[in-house]
Amino acid sequence: MIPLLRHGKPDGQPRRLTLEILRHNPADPASVPHLQAYEIEEAEGMTLFIALNEIRAQQDPSLMFDFVCRAGICGSCAMLVNGRPGLACRTLTRDLGERITLAPLPVFELIGDLSVNTGKWMRGTSERLQTWIHNDTETDLDAFETRMEPATAEAIYELDRCIECGCCIAGCGTVQMRERFVGAVGLNKIARFRLDPRDTRSDEDFYELIGDDDGVFGCMSLVGCHDVCPKQLPLQTQIAFLRRKMALQGMR
Amino acid sequence: MSSLIKTNASGELGLQAMPHPQTHGTAQTKPRKSRWPARLDVLQSATGLILAVFLMAHMFFVSTILISQQAFYTVARFFEGAYFFARPYPALVSCVVAVVIALFIGHAGLAMRKFPAGFRQFNAFCRHKNRFHHSDTSLWWIQAWTGFALFFMATIHLYDMLTQPALIGPFESADRVWSGNMWPLYLALLFAVELHGGIGLYRLAIKWGWLEGSDPQRSRRRLAIVRYSFSAFFVTLGLVTLLTYIDLGRAHADHAGERYIPPQSISSVDRR
Repeated sequence: MIPLLRHGKPDGQPRRLTLEILRHNPADPASVPHLQAYEIEEAEGMTLFIALNEIRAQQDPSLMFDFVCRAGICGSCAMLVNGRPGLACRTLTRDLGERITLAPLPVFELIGDLSVNTGKWMRGTSERLQTWIHNDTETDLDAFETRMEPATAEAIYELDRCIECGCCIAGCGTVQMRERFVGAVGLNKIARFRLDPRDTRSDEDFYELIGDDDGVFGCMSLVGCHDVCPKQLPLQTQIAFLRRKMALQGMR
Repeated sequence: MSSLIKTNASGELGLQAMPHPQTHGTAQTKPRKSRWPARLDVLQSATGLILAVFLMAHMFFVSTILISQQAFYTVARFFEGAYFFARPYPALVSCVVAVVIALFIGHAGLAMRKFPAGFRQFNAFCRHKNRFHHSDTSLWWIQAWTGFALFFMATIHLYDMLTQPALIGPFESADRVWSGNMWPLYLALLFAVELHGGIGLYRLAIKWGWLEGSDPQRSRRRLAIVRYSFSAFFVTLGLVTLLTYIDLGRAHADHAGERYIPPQSISSVDRR
């Protein structure tokens, strides 16, 4: 965010932040989804991840949320921040107002409070889209790896930076309506394996995976995925590229 | 054979459970996925693009009334083939309208596939849009609603033009707008169609990756500016044009139904 727009401390006093957190434990039959407010004092450079840890340590040990790396690498701490998907560890409280609403990512199975089971969804998508290298030739483990052009490796790496945080799915209007839609994370993976020279699948094979309204043709180009991706992946470009390639397949 | 066909809990035939009949020496292959989703997607975009281009051309032709009554009269007779066949044939306009109707119905049918099906989907999208506050997501909602409105509003206009192609002229159109009480419909239609077209063209470029350039993010910002400009320009042009017709229609109200007669006949063209 532009520094001028950041919420400063005009009198030098730290702000009191109110975090309204959607609480619900599906494992408890008596639990009813509700917003619970917590007040904390803002610290210099505070992220939502730090704020949540402080709340859990000092106010409410029952608060459930996920984190591992604290550095935007593991993708565990994705949640809705004022309705917008984002990583708690990459969101500075100074970029937000004094009242912050936190909710779990929609679409995914709720574990409790802010914790959702993205892993289950991602695994299902990977199995459905067969997002691994397909190659019929036997691998010689004693031989050197086949050389790859640096530019190709860079291009693959660019797409491989996806951390499967689920923000693109939570930001996708199509998925909200149609649960079977593969979403940007799935399409990005197909784009990644399509680039990989070790994967021998052709566009005809990829059409079998994403050539329908649950796949690339279901995308309504709302670009919510692209705008919320914490890794700034070129999702808009990749989906449009796949759409062109799959449309060509459709003409055959 | 019938014992091999089993039904699951939903009553669907479990044909997968059947052993593959082995044909002599040929391997069984999975049937290819249908190519129709791809074709329908392309058709939706193609019909939308053609309609948007028609829309722009249509607005420029209609707005020739701003130049002069004679200018609009000339354009109207041109599309009736008056300058090619020595006399005007309004049926030619009907033919063009029939093609536009076919494109319109085709586009509407294809676009309907993206509409929310049922309350659950409707509600899910609404909640998502309201909490997300994301411009492109909200724009799609406007596009869906304006598209829905066009089902009815555009149909009235198209049927009118299909069945009364000869009544396109400075006084004829002005009478339809004012004395025929069509101006409220044209006013609503103008906003719906220009918003829908502007957003649609923008989304078309995003969807197929057109005009991406070296920096897609910057290109998208520029496309958004073009989108706003498109809608603002055509809504303004449409409003000014509609006001001109209303003004002309009011002045001509006492003689409603009388045809426009050009001050001088155009070559040997004789209006019938």
